[in-house]
Amino acid sequence: MSTIYILWLRQLKKYIRSTPRIIGSLGQPLLFLLVFGFGFGSIFEKAGGGNYIQFLVPGIVAMAVVFTAIFGGIELIWDRQFGFLKETMVAPVSRFNIMLGRTFGGASVSVLQGIAVLLISFLIGFKMQHILMIFPAVIFMFLTAFFFTALGTAIASKLTDMQAFPIIMNFLVMPLFFLSGSIFPLDTAPKVLQVLGKIDPLFYGIDGLRFAFIGTSHFNPWIDLLVLVGFSLMVLLAGKHLFEKMEA
Amino acid sequence: MSIIEVKNLTKKFGDFVAVDNISFSVEKGEIFAFLGPNGAGKTTTIKMLTTLLEPTVGEIKVNNFNLKNERDDVRRSFGIVFQDPSLDDDLTAYENMEFHAVLYGHDKNDRPKRIEELLRLVDLWDRQKNLVKTFSGGMKRRLEIARALIHTPKIIFLDEPTVGLDPQTRNHIWSYVVNLSKKEGVTVFLTTHYMEEAEKMANRVVVIDHGKIIGSGTPAELKSKTETNSLEEAFLKLTGNSIRPDEASSVDMLRSHARMWGRKR
Repeated sequence: MSTIYILWLRQLKKYIRSTPRIIGSLGQPLLFLLVFGFGFGSIFEKAGGGNYIQFLVPGIVAMAVVFTAIFGGIELIWDRQFGFLKETMVAPVSRFNIMLGRTFGGASVSVLQGIAVLLISFLIGFKMQHILMIFPAVIFMFLTAFFFTALGTAIASKLTDMQAFPIIMNFLVMPLFFLSGSIFPLDTAPKVLQVLGKIDPLFYGIDGLRFAFIGTSHFNPWIDLLVLVGFSLMVLLAGKHLFEKMEA
Repeated sequence: MSIIEVKNLTKKFGDFVAVDNISFSVEKGEIFAFLGPNGAGKTTTIKMLTTLLEPTVGEIKVNNFNLKNERDDVRRSFGIVFQDPSLDDDLTAYENMEFHAVLYGHDKNDRPKRIEELLRLVDLWDRQKNLVKTFSGGMKRRLEIARALIHTPKIIFLDEPTVGLDPQTRNHIWSYVVNLSKKEGVTVFLTTHYMEEAEKMANRVVVIDHGKIIGSGTPAELKSKTETNSLEEAFLKLTGNSIRPDEASSVDMLRSHARMWGRKR
Protein backbone atom coordinates (compact mmCIF):
# COMPACT_ATOMS: atom_id res chain seq x y z
CA MET A 1 0.00 0.00 0.00
CA SER A 2 2.77 2.43 0.91
CA THR A 3 4.49 1.50 -2.35
CA ILE A 4 1.44 2.54 -4.34
CA TYR A 5 1.15 5.73 -2.30
CA ILE A 6 4.75 6.86 -2.72
CA LEU A 7 4.69 6.21 -6.47
CA TRP A 8 1.41 8.11 -6.75
CA LEU A 9 2.87 10.98 -4.74
CA ARG A 10 5.93 11.07 -6.94
CA GLN A 11 3.87 11.50 -10.12
CA LEU A 12 1.86 14.28 -8.52
CA LYS A 13 4.90 16.15 -7.27
CA LYS A 14 6.58 15.92 -10.63
CA TYR A 15 3.45 17.22 -12.33
CA ILE A 16 2.94 20.16 -10.02
CA ARG A 17 6.59 21.16 -10.35
CA SER A 18 6.58 21.19 -14.09
CA THR A 19 4.67 24.32 -15.08
CA PRO A 20 5.82 24.17 -18.73
CA ARG A 21 4.35 20.71 -19.01
CA ILE A 22 1.03 21.80 -17.52
CA ILE A 23 0.76 24.72 -19.90
CA GLY A 24 2.11 22.73 -22.84
CA SER A 25 -0.43 19.99 -22.52
CA LEU A 26 -3.25 22.51 -22.22
CA GLY A 27 -2.28 23.93 -25.59
CA GLN A 28 -3.66 21.30 -27.89
CA PRO A 29 -7.07 20.87 -26.22
CA LEU A 30 -7.53 24.62 -26.09
CA LEU A 31 -6.62 24.96 -29.73
CA PHE A 32 -9.20 22.30 -30.61
CA LEU A 33 -11.75 23.95 -28.38
CA LEU A 34 -11.34 27.37 -29.94
CA VAL A 35 -10.88 26.33 -33.57
CA PHE A 36 -13.64 23.74 -33.69
CA GLY A 37 -15.85 25.44 -31.17
CA PHE A 38 -16.03 28.75 -32.97
CA GLY A 39 -15.30 27.41 -36.44
CA PHE A 40 -18.07 24.84 -36.60
CA GLY A 41 -20.36 26.35 -34.01
CA SER A 42 -22.73 28.12 -36.39
CA ILE A 43 -22.92 25.23 -38.89
CA PHE A 44 -23.67 22.80 -36.07
CA GLU A 45 -26.43 25.04 -34.84
CA LYS A 46 -27.91 25.52 -38.33
CA ALA A 47 -27.96 21.75 -38.77
CA GLY A 48 -30.13 21.55 -35.69
CA GLY A 49 -27.47 20.16 -33.37
CA GLY A 50 -27.91 22.82 -30.73
CA ASN A 51 -25.09 24.68 -29.02
CA TYR A 52 -21.81 23.21 -30.30
CA ILE A 53 -19.68 24.39 -27.36
CA GLN A 54 -21.97 22.43 -25.04
CA PHE A 55 -21.47 19.36 -27.22
CA LEU A 56 -17.75 19.83 -27.72
CA VAL A 57 -16.45 20.57 -24.22
CA PRO A 58 -16.89 17.03 -22.81
CA GLY A 59 -14.92 15.73 -25.79
CA ILE A 60 -12.14 18.27 -25.32
CA VAL A 61 -11.94 17.66 -21.58
CA ALA A 62 -11.58 13.98 -22.40
CA MET A 63 -8.90 14.84 -24.92
CA ALA A 64 -6.84 16.60 -22.28
CA VAL A 65 -7.33 13.63 -19.97
CA VAL A 66 -6.41 11.04 -22.60
CA PHE A 67 -3.33 12.80 -23.92
CA THR A 68 -1.95 13.40 -20.44
CA ALA A 69 -2.78 9.84 -19.44
CA ILE A 70 -1.14 8.15 -22.40
CA PHE A 71 1.93 10.30 -21.91
CA GLY A 72 1.96 9.43 -18.21
CA GLY A 73 2.05 5.77 -19.16
CA ILE A 74 4.67 6.18 -21.86
CA GLU A 75 6.81 8.10 -19.37
CA LEU A 76 7.85 4.68 -18.15
CA ILE A 77 10.26 4.66 -21.10
CA TRP A 78 11.80 7.83 -19.79
CA ASP A 79 12.19 6.35 -16.35
CA ARG A 80 13.76 3.28 -17.82
CA GLN A 81 16.19 5.19 -20.01
CA PHE A 82 17.23 7.53 -17.25
CA GLY A 83 17.67 4.75 -14.78
CA PHE A 84 15.07 5.59 -12.19
CA LEU A 85 13.06 2.51 -13.07
CA LYS A 86 15.95 0.30 -11.95
CA GLU A 87 15.72 1.85 -8.51
CA THR A 88 12.15 0.60 -8.23
CA MET A 89 12.88 -2.73 -9.91
CA VAL A 90 15.53 -3.84 -7.41
CA ALA A 91 13.34 -2.92 -4.45
CA PRO A 92 11.65 -5.70 -2.50
CA VAL A 93 8.16 -4.84 -3.72
CA SER A 94 5.89 -6.44 -6.26
CA ARG A 95 6.00 -5.20 -9.80
CA PHE A 96 2.23 -5.04 -9.89
CA ASN A 97 2.20 -2.56 -7.02
CA ILE A 98 4.75 -0.45 -8.85
CA MET A 99 2.55 -0.48 -11.89
CA LEU A 100 -0.57 0.33 -9.86
CA GLY A 101 1.14 3.26 -8.15
CA ARG A 102 2.32 4.66 -11.45
CA THR A 103 -1.09 4.21 -13.01
CA PHE A 104 -2.95 5.87 -10.14
CA GLY A 105 -0.46 8.72 -10.23
CA GLY A 106 -0.71 9.21 -13.98
CA ALA A 107 -4.50 9.00 -13.82
CA SER A 108 -4.74 11.58 -11.03
CA VAL A 109 -2.55 13.99 -12.94
CA SER A 110 -4.72 13.53 -16.02
CA VAL A 111 -7.87 14.30 -14.05
CA LEU A 112 -6.29 17.55 -12.86
CA GLN A 113 -5.48 18.40 -16.44
CA GLY A 114 -9.06 17.67 -17.47
CA ILE A 115 -10.40 19.90 -14.71
CA ALA A 116 -8.10 22.69 -15.88
CA VAL A 117 -9.59 22.49 -19.37
CA LEU A 118 -13.08 22.44 -17.89
CA LEU A 119 -12.39 25.59 -15.92
CA ILE A 120 -11.10 27.35 -19.00
CA SER A 121 -14.12 26.30 -21.02
CA PHE A 122 -16.38 28.04 -18.50
CA LEU A 123 -14.67 31.23 -19.67
CA ILE A 124 -15.86 30.76 -23.23
CA GLY A 125 -19.42 30.16 -22.21
CA PHE A 126 -19.73 26.49 -21.34
CA LYS A 127 -22.40 25.73 -18.76
CA MET A 128 -22.79 22.58 -16.70
CA GLN A 129 -26.34 21.48 -15.97
CA HIS A 130 -25.58 21.26 -12.26
CA ILE A 131 -22.39 22.01 -10.39
CA LEU A 132 -22.65 18.88 -8.22
CA MET A 133 -22.44 16.78 -11.36
CA ILE A 134 -18.72 17.48 -11.19
CA PHE A 135 -18.49 14.36 -9.01
CA PRO A 136 -19.71 11.86 -11.58
CA ALA A 137 -17.67 13.82 -14.13
CA VAL A 138 -14.50 13.27 -12.11
CA ILE A 139 -15.31 9.57 -11.86
CA PHE A 140 -15.60 9.29 -15.63
CA MET A 141 -12.46 11.35 -16.11
CA PHE A 142 -10.61 9.13 -13.69
CA LEU A 143 -11.72 5.88 -15.31
CA THR A 144 -10.83 7.16 -18.75
CA ALA A 145 -7.48 8.34 -17.44
CA PHE A 146 -6.85 5.04 -15.67
CA PHE A 147 -7.53 3.08 -18.83
CA PHE A 148 -5.21 5.19 -20.96
CA THR A 149 -2.41 5.39 -18.39
CA ALA A 150 -2.49 1.62 -18.02
CA LEU A 151 -2.55 1.28 -21.81
CA GLY A 152 0.43 3.61 -22.12
CA THR A 153 2.30 1.69 -19.44
CA ALA A 154 1.57 -1.64 -21.12
CA ILE A 155 2.83 -0.32 -24.45
CA ALA A 156 5.86 1.33 -22.84
CA SER A 157 6.93 -1.88 -21.14
CA LYS A 158 7.55 -3.24 -24.63
CA LEU A 159 9.40 -0.22 -26.01
CA THR A 160 12.95 0.93 -25.47
CA ASP A 161 12.91 4.49 -26.63
CA MET A 162 10.71 7.50 -27.08
CA GLN A 163 10.93 7.37 -30.89
CA ALA A 164 7.74 5.35 -30.99
CA PHE A 165 5.75 8.03 -29.22
CA PRO A 166 4.56 9.86 -32.39
CA ILE A 167 3.50 6.51 -33.86
CA ILE A 168 1.39 5.79 -30.81
CA MET A 169 -0.14 9.25 -30.93
CA ASN A 170 -0.93 9.18 -34.63
CA PHE A 171 -1.99 5.59 -35.11
CA LEU A 172 -3.64 4.84 -31.82
CA VAL A 173 -4.58 7.86 -29.77
CA MET A 174 -5.77 10.22 -32.51
CA PRO A 175 -7.99 7.58 -34.21
CA LEU A 176 -9.47 6.62 -30.85
CA PHE A 177 -10.09 10.29 -30.17
CA PHE A 178 -11.83 11.00 -33.49
CA LEU A 179 -13.88 7.79 -33.37
CA SER A 180 -15.16 8.50 -29.90
CA GLY A 181 -17.79 11.02 -30.89
CA SER A 182 -15.70 13.72 -29.30
CA ILE A 183 -16.06 16.41 -31.94
CA PHE A 184 -19.05 15.21 -33.97
CA PRO A 185 -22.05 13.12 -32.96
CA LEU A 186 -21.67 9.49 -33.98
CA ASP A 187 -25.44 8.93 -34.13
CA THR A 188 -25.68 10.64 -37.51
CA ALA A 189 -22.36 9.34 -38.84
CA PRO A 190 -22.00 6.44 -41.35
CA LYS A 191 -22.67 2.99 -39.96
CA VAL A 192 -18.99 1.99 -40.09
CA LEU A 193 -17.99 4.83 -37.84
CA GLN A 194 -20.83 4.03 -35.47
CA VAL A 195 -19.70 0.43 -35.14
CA LEU A 196 -16.05 1.37 -34.72
CA GLY A 197 -17.03 3.96 -32.15
CA LYS A 198 -18.76 1.34 -30.03
CA ILE A 199 -15.50 -0.59 -29.57
CA ASP A 200 -13.61 2.56 -28.65
CA PRO A 201 -13.26 2.81 -24.84
CA LEU A 202 -13.07 6.58 -25.12
CA PHE A 203 -16.60 6.62 -26.57
CA TYR A 204 -17.91 5.45 -23.20
CA GLY A 205 -15.74 7.91 -21.31
CA ILE A 206 -17.03 10.84 -23.31
CA ASP A 207 -20.60 9.55 -23.24
CA GLY A 208 -20.40 9.42 -19.46
CA LEU A 209 -18.89 12.89 -19.35
CA ARG A 210 -21.68 14.27 -21.55
CA PHE A 211 -24.20 12.79 -19.18
CA ALA A 212 -22.49 14.43 -16.23
CA PHE A 213 -21.91 17.79 -17.89
CA ILE A 214 -24.99 18.38 -20.02
CA GLY A 215 -27.37 15.61 -19.06
CA THR A 216 -27.62 13.85 -22.42
CA SER A 217 -25.94 10.60 -23.35
CA HIS A 218 -26.20 7.79 -25.85
CA PHE A 219 -26.14 5.01 -23.28
CA ASN A 220 -27.27 4.80 -19.71
CA PRO A 221 -24.32 6.21 -17.71
CA TRP A 222 -24.18 3.01 -15.67
CA ILE A 223 -23.46 1.10 -18.84
CA ASP A 224 -20.71 3.58 -19.68
CA LEU A 225 -19.28 3.09 -16.22
CA LEU A 226 -19.37 -0.69 -16.46
CA VAL A 227 -17.78 -0.78 -19.88
CA LEU A 228 -15.00 1.56 -18.77
CA VAL A 229 -14.29 -0.52 -15.69
CA GLY A 230 -14.22 -3.63 -17.88
CA PHE A 231 -11.80 -2.10 -20.37
CA SER A 232 -9.60 -0.81 -17.53
CA LEU A 233 -9.39 -4.20 -15.86
CA MET A 234 -8.53 -5.85 -19.15
CA VAL A 235 -5.68 -3.50 -19.95
CA LEU A 236 -4.50 -3.61 -16.33
CA LEU A 237 -4.20 -7.38 -16.48
CA ALA A 238 -2.38 -7.24 -19.80
CA GLY A 239 -0.11 -4.54 -18.40
CA LYS A 240 0.56 -6.58 -15.27
CA HIS A 241 1.66 -9.49 -17.39
CA LEU A 242 3.96 -7.34 -19.55
CA PHE A 243 5.30 -5.33 -16.63
CA GLU A 244 6.23 -8.43 -14.66
CA LYS A 245 8.10 -9.87 -17.61
CA MET A 246 9.92 -6.64 -18.37
CA GLU A 247 13.67 -6.55 -17.90
CA ALA A 248 15.05 -3.21 -16.79
CA MET B 1 32.25 -17.12 5.00
CA SER B 2 31.04 -16.10 1.58
CA ILE B 3 28.18 -13.67 1.20
CA ILE B 4 27.85 -14.03 -2.57
CA GLU B 5 28.18 -17.38 -4.26
CA VAL B 6 27.97 -17.76 -7.99
CA LYS B 7 28.04 -21.18 -9.62
CA ASN B 8 28.22 -21.90 -13.34
CA LEU B 9 26.45 -18.69 -14.24
CA THR B 10 25.61 -18.17 -17.90
CA LYS B 11 23.59 -15.49 -19.67
CA LYS B 12 22.71 -15.67 -23.34
CA PHE B 13 21.00 -13.02 -25.41
CA GLY B 14 19.91 -15.01 -28.44
CA ASP B 15 23.10 -16.54 -29.80
CA PHE B 16 25.33 -14.10 -28.00
CA VAL B 17 26.86 -15.40 -24.79
CA ALA B 18 27.36 -12.40 -22.54
CA VAL B 19 28.39 -14.37 -19.48
CA ASP B 20 29.89 -17.79 -20.03
CA ASN B 21 29.80 -20.29 -17.19
CA ILE B 22 31.47 -18.27 -14.46
CA SER B 23 31.83 -19.23 -10.80
CA PHE B 24 33.19 -17.10 -7.99
CA SER B 25 32.47 -16.09 -4.44
CA VAL B 26 32.75 -12.93 -2.40
CA GLU B 27 33.75 -13.10 1.26
CA LYS B 28 31.82 -11.29 3.92
CA GLY B 29 33.22 -7.84 4.69
CA GLU B 30 35.73 -7.67 1.88
CA ILE B 31 36.10 -5.13 -0.88
CA PHE B 32 35.78 -7.10 -4.06
CA ALA B 33 36.62 -5.69 -7.47
CA PHE B 34 35.07 -7.11 -10.60
CA LEU B 35 37.13 -5.90 -13.52
CA GLY B 36 36.97 -6.20 -17.28
CA PRO B 37 37.02 -4.20 -20.49
CA ASN B 38 33.84 -2.75 -22.03
CA GLY B 39 31.42 -5.48 -23.00
CA ALA B 40 33.18 -8.11 -20.91
CA GLY B 41 30.00 -9.03 -19.06
CA LYS B 42 30.42 -7.05 -15.84
CA THR B 43 27.17 -5.17 -15.91
CA THR B 44 25.24 -8.23 -17.10
CA THR B 45 26.62 -10.15 -14.13
CA ILE B 46 25.69 -7.37 -11.72
CA LYS B 47 22.20 -7.26 -13.20
CA MET B 48 21.82 -10.96 -12.56
CA LEU B 49 23.17 -10.67 -9.02
CA THR B 50 20.71 -7.88 -8.30
CA THR B 51 17.59 -9.62 -9.73
CA LEU B 52 17.28 -7.34 -12.74
CA LEU B 53 18.07 -10.09 -15.22
CA GLU B 54 17.15 -13.74 -15.18
CA PRO B 55 20.21 -16.02 -15.57
CA THR B 56 20.03 -18.47 -18.48
CA VAL B 57 21.82 -21.13 -16.43
CA GLY B 58 23.47 -21.17 -13.03
CA GLU B 59 22.97 -20.66 -9.36
CA ILE B 60 23.33 -17.47 -7.33
CA LYS B 61 23.22 -17.12 -3.58
CA VAL B 62 23.28 -13.70 -1.99
CA ASN B 63 23.45 -13.42 1.79
CA ASN B 64 22.53 -17.13 1.88
CA PHE B 65 19.30 -16.52 0.02
CA ASN B 66 18.67 -18.27 -3.22
CA LEU B 67 18.06 -15.80 -6.00
CA LYS B 68 15.52 -18.02 -7.71
CA ASN B 69 12.94 -18.32 -4.97
CA GLU B 70 13.92 -15.81 -2.27
CA ARG B 71 14.05 -12.80 -4.51
CA ASP B 72 12.76 -10.20 -2.04
CA ASP B 73 15.13 -11.42 0.69
CA VAL B 74 17.97 -11.05 -1.78
CA ARG B 75 16.74 -7.56 -2.64
CA ARG B 76 16.70 -6.49 0.98
CA SER B 77 20.27 -7.74 1.38
CA PHE B 78 21.96 -5.36 -1.01
CA GLY B 79 22.13 -1.72 -2.00
CA ILE B 80 23.27 -0.68 -5.42
CA VAL B 81 24.75 2.33 -7.16
CA PHE B 82 24.16 1.77 -10.84
CA GLN B 83 26.55 2.65 -13.60
CA ASP B 84 24.05 5.19 -14.95
CA PRO B 85 22.39 7.68 -12.65
CA SER B 86 19.13 6.39 -11.22
CA LEU B 87 17.86 9.34 -9.22
CA ASP B 88 14.68 11.22 -9.96
CA ASP B 89 15.90 14.66 -10.99
CA ASP B 90 12.54 16.28 -10.37
CA LEU B 91 12.54 15.31 -6.71
CA THR B 92 14.68 16.76 -3.94
CA ALA B 93 17.57 14.90 -2.34
CA TYR B 94 15.43 14.22 0.69
CA GLU B 95 12.50 12.99 -1.39
CA ASN B 96 14.72 10.58 -3.28
CA MET B 97 15.89 9.18 0.03
CA GLU B 98 12.36 9.01 1.37
CA PHE B 99 11.13 7.22 -1.73
CA HIS B 100 13.74 4.54 -1.22
CA ALA B 101 12.99 4.23 2.49
CA VAL B 102 9.30 3.67 1.78
CA LEU B 103 9.96 1.11 -0.95
CA TYR B 104 12.20 -0.85 1.41
CA GLY B 105 9.67 -0.62 4.22
CA HIS B 106 12.03 1.23 6.51
CA ASP B 107 10.39 1.96 9.87
CA LYS B 108 8.45 5.19 9.55
CA ASN B 109 9.56 6.66 12.90
CA ASP B 110 13.21 5.96 12.26
CA ARG B 111 13.07 7.29 8.71
CA PRO B 112 13.94 10.99 9.24
CA LYS B 113 16.80 10.10 11.56
CA ARG B 114 18.28 7.56 9.18
CA ILE B 115 17.99 9.88 6.19
CA GLU B 116 19.62 12.74 8.08
CA GLU B 117 22.44 10.51 9.28
CA LEU B 118 23.23 9.33 5.76
CA LEU B 119 22.88 12.71 4.09
CA ARG B 120 25.33 14.04 6.65
CA LEU B 121 27.67 11.15 5.95
CA VAL B 122 27.93 12.20 2.30
CA ASP B 123 27.92 15.94 3.11
CA LEU B 124 24.58 16.65 1.47
CA TRP B 125 22.45 17.49 4.48
CA ASP B 126 22.43 21.22 3.74
CA ARG B 127 21.26 20.46 0.21
CA GLN B 128 18.42 18.15 1.24
CA LYS B 129 15.71 20.45 -0.08
CA ASN B 130 17.30 21.06 -3.46
CA LEU B 131 16.04 19.35 -6.58
CA VAL B 132 18.48 16.72 -7.76
CA LYS B 133 18.62 18.29 -11.22
CA THR B 134 20.62 21.14 -9.69
CA PHE B 135 23.29 18.70 -8.44
CA SER B 136 26.70 18.08 -9.99
CA GLY B 137 27.71 14.60 -11.08
CA GLY B 138 29.69 14.07 -7.91
CA MET B 139 26.85 15.16 -5.67
CA LYS B 140 24.48 12.80 -7.46
CA ARG B 141 26.87 9.93 -6.92
CA ARG B 142 27.16 10.72 -3.23
CA LEU B 143 23.42 10.89 -2.93
CA GLU B 144 23.09 7.54 -4.65
CA ILE B 145 25.56 5.99 -2.25
CA ALA B 146 23.65 7.40 0.71
CA ARG B 147 20.40 6.15 -0.74
CA ALA B 148 21.75 2.66 -1.30
CA LEU B 149 22.57 2.43 2.41
CA ILE B 150 19.22 3.43 3.90
CA HIS B 151 17.98 -0.09 4.47
CA THR B 152 21.34 -1.13 6.04
CA PRO B 153 22.26 -3.62 3.33
CA LYS B 154 24.83 -6.34 3.90
CA ILE B 155 26.33 -5.78 0.47
CA ILE B 156 26.71 -2.70 -1.64
CA PHE B 157 27.20 -2.94 -5.40
CA LEU B 158 29.07 -0.04 -6.97
CA ASP B 159 29.04 -0.23 -10.75
CA GLU B 160 31.71 2.22 -11.93
CA PRO B 161 30.86 4.72 -9.21
CA THR B 162 33.65 7.16 -10.04
CA VAL B 163 33.27 7.44 -13.78
CA GLY B 164 33.50 11.04 -15.01
CA LEU B 165 34.28 12.51 -11.60
CA ASP B 166 37.21 14.72 -10.68
CA PRO B 167 40.02 13.31 -8.52
CA GLN B 168 38.80 15.16 -5.41
CA THR B 169 35.34 13.66 -5.63
CA ARG B 170 36.73 10.25 -6.47
CA ASN B 171 38.91 10.34 -3.42
CA HIS B 172 35.99 11.40 -1.30
CA ILE B 173 33.79 8.62 -2.56
CA TRP B 174 36.41 5.97 -1.96
CA SER B 175 36.99 7.21 1.54
CA TYR B 176 33.26 6.82 2.27
CA VAL B 177 33.44 3.33 0.89
CA VAL B 178 36.45 2.31 2.95
CA ASN B 179 34.81 3.80 5.99
CA LEU B 180 31.67 1.82 5.43
CA SER B 181 33.42 -1.43 4.93
CA LYS B 182 35.48 -0.87 8.08
CA LYS B 183 32.84 0.55 10.39
CA GLU B 184 29.72 -1.31 9.38
CA GLY B 185 31.27 -4.41 7.88
CA VAL B 186 29.43 -3.88 4.62
CA THR B 187 30.70 -6.04 1.80
CA VAL B 188 31.62 -3.96 -1.23
CA PHE B 189 31.28 -5.31 -4.74
CA LEU B 190 32.69 -2.81 -7.21
CA THR B 191 33.56 -2.43 -10.83
CA THR B 192 35.80 0.28 -12.19
CA HIS B 193 37.96 1.10 -15.17
CA TYR B 194 40.49 2.88 -12.99
CA MET B 195 42.96 0.14 -12.20
CA GLU B 196 44.90 2.16 -9.67
CA GLU B 197 41.65 2.59 -7.71
CA ALA B 198 41.01 -1.13 -7.76
CA GLU B 199 44.59 -1.83 -6.76
CA LYS B 200 44.37 0.54 -3.83
CA MET B 201 40.89 -0.43 -2.66
CA ALA B 202 40.26 -4.06 -3.33
CA ASN B 203 41.11 -7.01 -1.14
CA ARG B 204 40.38 -9.32 -4.01
CA VAL B 205 39.97 -8.97 -7.75
CA VAL B 206 38.33 -11.00 -10.48
CA VAL B 207 39.05 -10.19 -14.11
CA ILE B 208 36.42 -11.10 -16.67
CA ASP B 209 36.65 -10.88 -20.45
CA HIS B 210 34.35 -12.15 -23.21
CA GLY B 211 32.11 -13.48 -20.46
CA LYS B 212 34.78 -15.69 -18.92
CA ILE B 213 36.85 -15.26 -15.78
CA ILE B 214 40.49 -15.01 -16.82
CA GLY B 215 42.14 -14.10 -13.56
CA SER B 216 41.44 -13.85 -9.85
CA GLY B 217 43.23 -13.25 -6.58
CA THR B 218 44.56 -10.37 -4.53
CA PRO B 219 46.07 -7.52 -6.57
CA ALA B 220 49.50 -8.75 -5.43
CA GLU B 221 48.79 -12.27 -6.58
CA LEU B 222 47.62 -11.07 -9.98
CA LYS B 223 50.75 -8.98 -10.39
CA SER B 224 53.06 -11.84 -9.53
CA LYS B 225 51.12 -14.30 -11.72
CA THR B 226 51.43 -12.00 -14.71
CA GLU B 227 54.93 -10.80 -13.75
CA THR B 228 53.91 -7.15 -13.88
CA ASN B 229 54.39 -4.18 -11.57
CA SER B 230 50.89 -2.76 -11.40
CA LEU B 231 47.34 -3.99 -11.61
CA GLU B 232 46.89 -1.97 -14.78
CA GLU B 233 49.71 -3.82 -16.50
CA ALA B 234 48.41 -7.11 -15.18
CA PHE B 235 44.97 -6.23 -16.50
CA LEU B 236 46.32 -5.36 -19.94
CA LYS B 237 48.39 -8.51 -20.06
CA LEU B 238 45.33 -10.60 -19.25
CA THR B 239 42.86 -8.86 -21.53
CA GLY B 240 45.09 -7.72 -24.39
CA ASN B 241 45.59 -4.31 -25.90
CA SER B 242 42.86 -4.17 -28.52
CA ILE B 243 40.17 -1.54 -28.08
CA ARG B 244 36.67 -2.88 -27.47
CA PRO B 245 33.63 -1.67 -29.31
CA ASP B 246 31.65 0.70 -27.16
CA GLU B 247 28.31 1.36 -28.76
CA ALA B 248 26.47 4.63 -28.35
CA SER B 249 23.46 3.37 -26.49
CA SER B 250 19.92 4.49 -27.06
CA VAL B 251 20.27 6.31 -23.76
CA ASP B 252 22.67 8.78 -25.28
CA MET B 253 20.30 9.35 -28.15
CA LEU B 254 17.38 9.78 -25.81
CA ARG B 255 19.29 12.19 -23.65
CA SER B 256 19.83 14.50 -26.58
CA HIS B 257 16.22 14.03 -27.55
CA ALA B 258 15.16 14.97 -24.05
CA ARG B 259 17.30 18.07 -24.13
CA MET B 260 15.65 19.02 -27.38
CA TRP B 261 12.31 18.86 -25.62
CA GLY B 262 13.53 20.95 -22.77
CA ARG B 263 13.65 18.25 -20.13
CA LYS B 264 16.93 18.81 -18.43
CA ARG B 265 18.63 15.66 -17.27
